[in-house]
Amino acid sequence: MAIKVEHELHARRKGRNIGVFLLLAGFIAIVFGLTVVKVLQLGEASQFEKFDHVARPQIVPEEEVTQ
Amino acid sequence: MDGRTDFLTGQAVCNGALQTNIVRWVLTHPYWKVPMTDVSMQDTPYEARMGDYFALLKPRVMSLVVFTALVGLLVAPVPVHPFIGFVAILCIAVGAGASGALNMWWDADIDARMRRTAGRPIPSGRVTPGEALGVGLALSGFATVLLALATNFLAAFLLAFTIFFYAVVYSMWLKRTTPQNIVIGGAAGAFPPMIGWAVATGSVSLESTLMFALIFMWTPPHFWALALFVKSDYGNAGVPMLTETHGRDATRKHIIIYTLLLVPVALGLGLTSIGGPIYMAVAVVMNAWFLKGAFDIYRRSDADCEADKHSVEIKTFKVSLYYLFLHFGALLVEAALRHAGMGGW
Repeated sequence: MAIKVEHELHARRKGRNIGVFLLLAGFIAIVFGLTVVKVLQLGEASQFEKFDHVARPQIVPEEEVTQ
Repeated sequence: MDGRTDFLTGQAVCNGALQTNIVRWVLTHPYWKVPMTDVSMQDTPYEARMGDYFALLKPRVMSLVVFTALVGLLVAPVPVHPFIGFVAILCIAVGAGASGALNMWWDADIDARMRRTAGRPIPSGRVTPGEALGVGLALSGFATVLLALATNFLAAFLLAFTIFFYAVVYSMWLKRTTPQNIVIGGAAGAFPPMIGWAVATGSVSLESTLMFALIFMWTPPHFWALALFVKSDYGNAGVPMLTETHGRDATRKHIIIYTLLLVPVALGLGLTSIGGPIYMAVAVVMNAWFLKGAFDIYRRSDADCEADKHSVEIKTFKVSLYYLFLHFGALLVEAALRHAGMGGW
């Protein structure tokens, strides 16, 4: 006996579900895009780049490296 | 008692009773009695589609808001990153749509009585009043907060004020109480270019104030010209339009007065930093055309209107649409020319 997994409610709400998915995907794209633009507008990354919990030899001042 | 009436019985009701009646009216609406092949689905209510929720946002009004806000943003002297500009315009459009949804929630009773609005999602039973309220409030918060984060707090404040003005000051207060409703309520539709300007500059200036004033002064003659040829609709809904409270002759007089007041605003905008010879040429032609239409309306009698089926009023209404579109279009052309090293004074 075939098991009918999809309830008729799923078919009825298909359009709405696709719409909600597209809205959420659009929202994520907007927040991601805004983040990229805002960060890039800060200017040259090396001016504000910090360690971010991990040792980054390329931004350690030269005197400290020689010591 | 707040002066509202039950659209089923026509009797005055308090707010709570009105909500109950809206629910009763929605539940018994014939829209749900659609033929179905499956007997088990006879009691299934209509499921609102995305298009029904989108219709709550008044897409046609939104298109005008998007256009004027975009012009306000593009003519500003400060460049905006294209993506931030896109998000800002989206927020302004969503904010305008949210205020439209709140308006439809509040005005469901009078929408049901007017031929032009009876097919809207709530009176036709496709969306419940509670859903419209939820959509309106959620989108208002979303648009305002995102605009603040993407641009600046002044722009977000102006957007929040616009939503408040349209939903509360116009819809809940003025619309049902005074025939001057659209004069003051028109401010809500006039804010978008000012918001667009604030997005770019973070300030309010003479230019953005005059763009606001242009739409503000244009709204009354535009809507009263419409009211002259759809008068029975507003009368049936109990909305105190000037045509019903003061008569059609008084409305004709108001149209010519407001059109005369509009002219210096439109020409004055051309003398600011965002104006120029092209804008001024368009403004002179369009103001002369609109003034002629208003004057023609002023000279007419009810018998004239009946004789030619309101042809002059309909024509002037159409001219008013071109009027606004061409003024803002000319501002955009001036901005493009300035960008190319030409244009302006």
